[in-house]
Amino acid sequence: MFIPCFVDQLNPEVGLDMARVLQRIGYSVDFPEAQTCCGQPAFNSGYWQEARRPAERFVEIFGASDADAIVCPSGSCTTMVRTFYRDLLQGSPLTGDAATLAARIFEFSEFLLKVAQVADVGASFPHRVAYHDACHALRELRLKQEPRELLRHVRGLDLVEMPYCEECCGFGGTFATKFPMISAAMGETKAAHAEASGADYVTSTDPSCLMHIDGVLRLRKSRVRTVHLASILAQTAVPAGAQPSSRTAVARGPSQEGALGKGTP
Amino acid sequence: MSTPAQEFLRNAATKSADLVHRRTIRTGIDHYEAAVGRSGARFHDWEAARQRLHEIKWEAVNHLDRYLLEFETRIRERGGHVYWAETAEDARRYVTDLAARNNVRTVVKSKSMVTEEIDLTHTLEEQGVTVFETDLGEMIVQLRKEPPYHLMTPAMHLTRAEIADLFREKLGGVESDDPQHLVAVARRALRRAFFSAEMGISGANFLVAESGLMALTTNEGNGRLGSSLPRIHVAVAGIEKVIPRMEDLAVIWPTIARSAVGQPIACYNTLIGGPRGPNETDGPEEFHVVLLDNGRSELLADPEQREVLHCIRCGACLNVCPVFRNIGGHSYGTVYGGPIGSVLMPHLGGLNKFQHLSFASSLCGACTDACPVKINLHHHLLQNRRNAVRSADRPASERLAFKLWRWTMMGSQRFAFVGSVARMLLRAAYGWGLARTPLDPMRPWTKVHGAPEIPAKSFRALWKEQHGAS
Repeated sequence: MFIPCFVDQLNPEVGLDMARVLQRIGYSVDFPEAQTCCGQPAFNSGYWQEARRPAERFVEIFGASDADAIVCPSGSCTTMVRTFYRDLLQGSPLTGDAATLAARIFEFSEFLLKVAQVADVGASFPHRVAYHDACHALRELRLKQEPRELLRHVRGLDLVEMPYCEECCGFGGTFATKFPMISAAMGETKAAHAEASGADYVTSTDPSCLMHIDGVLRLRKSRVRTVHLASILAQTAVPAGAQPSSRTAVARGPSQEGALGKGTP
Repeated sequence: MSTPAQEFLRNAATKSADLVHRRTIRTGIDHYEAAVGRSGARFHDWEAARQRLHEIKWEAVNHLDRYLLEFETRIRERGGHVYWAETAEDARRYVTDLAARNNVRTVVKSKSMVTEEIDLTHTLEEQGVTVFETDLGEMIVQLRKEPPYHLMTPAMHLTRAEIADLFREKLGGVESDDPQHLVAVARRALRRAFFSAEMGISGANFLVAESGLMALTTNEGNGRLGSSLPRIHVAVAGIEKVIPRMEDLAVIWPTIARSAVGQPIACYNTLIGGPRGPNETDGPEEFHVVLLDNGRSELLADPEQREVLHCIRCGACLNVCPVFRNIGGHSYGTVYGGPIGSVLMPHLGGLNKFQHLSFASSLCGACTDACPVKINLHHHLLQNRRNAVRSADRPASERLAFKLWRWTMMGSQRFAFVGSVARMLLRAAYGWGLARTPLDPMRPWTKVHGAPEIPAKSFRALWKEQHGAS
């Protein structure tokens, strides 16, 4: 498992939920503890020089793993390794290793459908859910139907589409802190579309989009919440009538206490 | 005086909070997207068309030397003049001298971004020439004394009612805000201009090398009228506008019409290649083409970003851009706005002055998907950012932050330690009720977001608890 740095620090339950799903369908999972960050924050900010050493370090750590595949609960971080290492590591002695790694790394939903070829992971989540097309998953990894296919197989889940589901939510990494007003305007637009869809939850492949959307929804005191795809798929039995744990299953995860739904009322 | 970056930040912040503006643009773009969807259905294979266009432009841009000379030769053979302008200043001087030599008092102009780039209209006005914009959208923004809001739809930001009010004040004779009526009002005013003008100025959508013809596309016929009625015609074109063959237009015309406005093909596609011939009944007596470099050669010399010269200025990247949709066209403060502007302006106007635009993007890539010539716009934004860090002014605090970031990420124990200290401090601060106050350590974030819940333990800590040390 490649657990992106901010998932490690801010959304640990997303990583645990992903592990739970992978184990449930029969994989053994490993977390190489030496991993830190793929280098995307520096790379996207123009600091390619600074991003290069952590990226090389990443290639070394995962290159040494004998796992069949590397799975990541973020389309964005997967893209960094698969697409942008080519540019970032130009001229590095590790270019070849990086290319090999690029072929072994998969975003979580992509892995389930394209590698494991499992659409039904035995999950149940009796709620109305809208899928937000995270940009990197959609436009770099070309994942459009994969997450939806997984959601369609979740028991009790009512999948709805929100208008403009492919429009960026406005997170964009350091963009959100450099241009908070633009980012917030984009987030508000997204939040309004989520509300218009009638969904109870917005889900996505990228925890960073969800963190941003969640922050905007909270500010609006919206009834819509966010939840990562892995956390939906990790749910097996939600007792009828029980509400999933905290306001957002992403920010304070169910996994620390067990299954989503056993947490707060 | 504030820098372009500060001005951008201020305008973008104001505009993105303007809900009326947001709604107007959304309505306009909804119409555009519906039309693009309809016209897209007419393509047997849209991706193949994009690929073909990419190849045509690649061929042209990578052999500019040959195709431009071929174009020049054909034009001269027909008695036209070709002027090579290295800078905006050169181009302006050529046109203003020409106008002065011929006692030109009135100019009719069809829509052209390159003349905006060299600020031609103001220069002509300074020497006493009256310039009429004849594209309806351009005419509207000219009456408002505004620059065009968008490459393709200059008055996108205005509602029908606003345009009616404007015409009522400036032109008179307005009885309703019915679009057909408003067009009739504009047409009445423009006809007088067309018949009195001694000079017509246009851009050029394409310069066909093989035939020495320039292709002018409009939806209002103003380009055709403006290039045939006045005695002198001047076309100003960037050197990247050349294409090799006539047959290329067969795929280019429907493609640009779709990307620009969602039409099957534009209403008027005109080909002109010189002054009126001996047996011809219309056309200008003098025909001039100004080929403008203005920084393009430097872009050509950069293999990484050379394909930016493929741009056909259709404006599709602006329409799909979520940043553009929120901040609007005027906030950029540049001739070329939206994603293509953010990529291009550092090359035309200087990296240091325009680097901020490359950072003002969430890198969502919608622009790249929409581009009919397949320019990898959002990856070029990343390259501009890298170039800015290399050779432009960036805040010292930012440079230091990324050095510290690298140090942290070069060891998992350091990373885990820094992470747990940061989480502990945040949890303490939030425990004391500092969330969303000015003392919130996450302040820039929590100004526009609800405060996040900070977990007590990291993933790696929880994993170790569950699975033991590996």
